[in-house]
Amino acid sequence: MSSSMKKLHSLYTDKSGKGKLLAAPYVFWSAFFIIIPLCMILYYGVTDKTGAFTLQNITAIASIGHARAFWRSLLLSVVSTVICFLLAYPLAMILSGMKEKKHNFIILIFILPMWMNFLLRTLAWQTLLEKTGVINGILSFFKLPSLRIINTPYAIVLGMVYNFLPFMVLPLYNALSKIDENVINAAKDLGANKIQTFFRVIMPLSIPGIISGVTMVFVPALTTFVISTLLGGSKVLLIGNVIEQEFTQASNWHLGSGLSIVLMIFIILNMIVSALLDKED
Amino acid sequence: MQTVKKIYVSLIFLFLYAPIGTLIVLSFNASKTRSKWGGFTMQWYASLLQDEVILDALTTTLLIAFLSALIASVIGTIAAVAMNGMKRRTRTLLIGVTNIPMLNADIVTGISLMLLFISIGLRFGFGTILLSHITFNIPYVILCIMPRMKQLNPSVYEAALDLGASHITAFFKVMLPDLMPGILSGFLMAFTMSLDDFIITHFTKGAGIDTLSTKIYTEVKKGIKPEMYALSTIIFVTVLILLFLVNKTPDKKEKTN
Amino acid sequence: MKKLLPVCLGAALCLLGGCGSDTSNENIVIVYNWGEYVDPDTLAMFEEETGIEVVYDEFETNETMYPKIENGAAEYDVVCPSDYMISKMIQNDLLLELDFSHIPNAKSNIGSQYWDQSRTFDPENKYSVPYCWGTVGILYNKTMVDEPLTSWAQLWDEKYTDEILMQDSVRDAFMVAEKMYGYSMNTTDPDELQRAMNALIAQKPIVQAYVVDQVRDKMIGGEAAIGVIYSGEAIYTQYENADLEYVIPSEGTNVWIDSWVILKDAPHKENAEKFIDFMCREDIALKNFEYITYSTPNEAAKALIEDDEIRNSPIAFPDLTQYDNLESYTYLGEEADEVYNELWKEIKSY
Repeated sequence: MSSSMKKLHSLYTDKSGKGKLLAAPYVFWSAFFIIIPLCMILYYGVTDKTGAFTLQNITAIASIGHARAFWRSLLLSVVSTVICFLLAYPLAMILSGMKEKKHNFIILIFILPMWMNFLLRTLAWQTLLEKTGVINGILSFFKLPSLRIINTPYAIVLGMVYNFLPFMVLPLYNALSKIDENVINAAKDLGANKIQTFFRVIMPLSIPGIISGVTMVFVPALTTFVISTLLGGSKVLLIGNVIEQEFTQASNWHLGSGLSIVLMIFIILNMIVSALLDKED
Repeated sequence: MQTVKKIYVSLIFLFLYAPIGTLIVLSFNASKTRSKWGGFTMQWYASLLQDEVILDALTTTLLIAFLSALIASVIGTIAAVAMNGMKRRTRTLLIGVTNIPMLNADIVTGISLMLLFISIGLRFGFGTILLSHITFNIPYVILCIMPRMKQLNPSVYEAALDLGASHITAFFKVMLPDLMPGILSGFLMAFTMSLDDFIITHFTKGAGIDTLSTKIYTEVKKGIKPEMYALSTIIFVTVLILLFLVNKTPDKKEKTN
Repeated sequence: MKKLLPVCLGAALCLLGGCGSDTSNENIVIVYNWGEYVDPDTLAMFEEETGIEVVYDEFETNETMYPKIENGAAEYDVVCPSDYMISKMIQNDLLLELDFSHIPNAKSNIGSQYWDQSRTFDPENKYSVPYCWGTVGILYNKTMVDEPLTSWAQLWDEKYTDEILMQDSVRDAFMVAEKMYGYSMNTTDPDELQRAMNALIAQKPIVQAYVVDQVRDKMIGGEAAIGVIYSGEAIYTQYENADLEYVIPSEGTNVWIDSWVILKDAPHKENAEKFIDFMCREDIALKNFEYITYSTPNEAAKALIEDDEIRNSPIAFPDLTQYDNLESYTYLGEEADEVYNELWKEIKSY
C-alpha cells in the first residue's frame, strides 16, 4: 500500500504525462461502467431482434403513440423547468443575501427532504391532492370548490416542480453567492439602476448556475416515469413510461434502446451548449 | 420588503415540507388506508421493530449507501488529484465523461447498466446495486472536490517536501486535510443520492433483495404499510436533530478556511 | 500495470456479483409471486418445518414478470403466473415438467374441475399446479351509484366521469371492451381490435385512473365509485367497506387460474417441489385463503372453512355454470402480443 502510494505521488507531481496512471482506476471504472454500457444501448438501438442493422427503433419516435408521449414529456418538462426557475431565482437571491454563517444550513435544508424517500414524498402529494384527500378536505370545510388536478398533467407538473426544485435552487444559490459585492456596487456607482444592475450584472454572472440548474431539472423531468405513474394515475403517458414499459413489460429492448438514444441526443446537445459557454469565459 | 421576502421563503418551505408533514401525520394514523383518519396511535412504531422485511430493506439501503459513498469517495479523490495534474484537454474530456451519469437520464443509466450486467452474466443482487451506485456517486464526489483542489496552494505541498516529508506524509498531512471538507461533502452528497435513488436500483436489483425505495414501489400498488411512514419519520427526525446539533456547535474550522 | 488493472477489476466484479459461486448449493428456494399473494406466516412455517430458507420476490403483472424470467438475470425456482402466461412459458420452453410423486398434496387436494380447466393452457397437466382462481368483475360503491351495475357498457356512461378505475394491464383492459361488443377476449381480428381500441380511447376521459392493485385501497376509501377488479379482492374490500358490491357483468368475463410452476433452469428444483407441495397442504391453503381471500381450488382446504357464509359465498366460490360467455385468456403468439401492446400504447398516449 505505502509503496504504491509513493509511486502514485511521484507520478502526481510529475506532470510529464505519467500522471495518467494515478487516474487509471477511475478511467477504467468510467470506461467499464459508463462508456461500455452506453455503447450497448447504442448497439441495441440500431439493431433488430435478428441482430441486423436498422434505424427503425430510432425513427419509431415519430410513430403516433410515441410522438404524442414525447411531445407531452417535452411540454411538461419545459413548463416545470420554467416554473422551477421562476420560483428558485428570487429565492436564491434572498438566500444569498443572508448572513454568511447560514450557508451550510440553507443547503442542508434543501437536501433534508431527500432523506424522506422520494417515492413516499411523491405519494404524499397523492394523499394531499386526491378527491377525498387532505386539501379537498380543507377546501370543503371552508365551503370552497374542490381541487381536481390529481391524475391530470397539472398534478405531474406539480410533482416535478416539487421533486426537482432543490436542484434548481442550489446551483443558483451557489452562483449568486459567489458574485462579488464590489462588482454590484461598482455598477451602482456607475449609475445603473436596480433593474439594469440585475439584467446587466447579476443575471450574466449567474449563467453557469442557471445552466446547471436548468439541466438538473429538465433532464429528470423529461425522462421521469415514476411521477407520471404516481400522480398521473397512468393516464398520462410520458416517454419515460414508454421506455420503461419496453424494457420491463413488452421486453422489446431494441425499441427501448432506440428511444433512449433519442433522449440522449438532448443530453449531448446540453453538454455541447455548456462546453461552448465554458469556453467563452 | 423584508416581510415580503420572509413570506416568500416561508411559502416555499411550506411547499417543500407539506408532504413530509403529511407523512409524519400518517405514521400516527390508526386506520390502515391512507384516505381515512382512524385516530392517533403509536402501534406502527411498535410493529416496525417486528417487521423483518422493512428492517432488511433498511439495512440493505444503509449498507449500500455507506459502501457506495465510501468507495466512490476513495476513487473520486484519487481521480480528482489525478485530473488536477492532467493536461487541459485530457482533463476536459475526462470531466465530460464524469458528467455523463449526472446529466444522463436515470432511466438510461439504469438500463445501460442492466444491459452490461446481463451481457457479462453477473447475477443480479447486492453486488450489482452496489456497482451501479458507486458509478453514479463518483461524479458527485469529484464535483465536490474539484473546487477545493483548484484552491490548493501547490507551494505548501512543495514546502513540506523541502522540509523533508515524504510524498505520503505530505499527502496525508498537507493535501488531504485541505481536501477533507470537499471529500466530506462529497461523501454526504453521495450517501444522500444513493439513499434517495429508485430508478437505477429498480433496473439493477435481483430476486429477494430490496432497498427501501424498491420496497415502497412494490407497496405503492398494494397500499403502503403504515410501518413505512413510521420508519421514514424516524429517519427524518434523526437527521433533523443531527443537523441542529451540528449547526448549534460553533464551527471554528470553517473560519480558518 | 495496464494489463493488471482490468484483471483486478474483473476479480472484484466477480467477488461483488458472486458470478463464480452460484446459489445452487445453498438450501433455499427462490419464489416469485404476485404482490401480497401469500400469508407470510406460511412462509415462516415452511422454513421452520423444512429448514429451507425462502427468498421471496414479488411482481405486479404477468407482463412485468415474464421479461425477468426470460432474460435470466435473476434466478428463480417457483413462479405463480396466470393461465395464458403459463402457456407462453410452455411454448418458449421455460418450464420444468413436474414430478407429481414429489408433490402428493397437489393431486389429492386440488379439485378435479380445476385440473380440467387447466388443460386449456397446460394440455396434459404436466407443468402447473393451480393455486388460486377467480373472475374479473365490477366492484361498485352502492352509496355512490344510483342503479345496480350489471354490464360492462355502463363503464362508458358519462355520469360516472372521474369515478371509474380501469385495470392497467393490456389483456384485462381489452377484455372489458371486447366482451362489451360480444367478441372473444382472445380475438386477433384487426377490425375487432380496432373497434375495441376506439372504445377504450373514447372511455379514457371518464376514467379516473388506470390502476393495478391500488383499486383495492381506492375503493375502500371511497375515492372512486366503480372499479374493475379481481374477485379475490372483492371479499377483502367488502370486509373493509360494507357499501361495496361485486358483480360479474352479463356480457361475460374472464375466468382465470394462477398456478405454481417450476422453471426449467431452477437451481433448487427439489426445494421447489417441496414448496409447492407445502402450499397444497390443506391447512396451509386454508391459511392462505383466509389471508389473501382469493378463491382456492384446494377442495380439502375449502372443506375446512368454518364460516358457512364464506364457504357458500357466490363471490369466493361462484357456480360458474350460472354465467354465460365465460372465457379464459390464451396465449396469442408473439405477433399478436405485439399488436396488443402497440394498440394499448396508443390508447395510453391519448
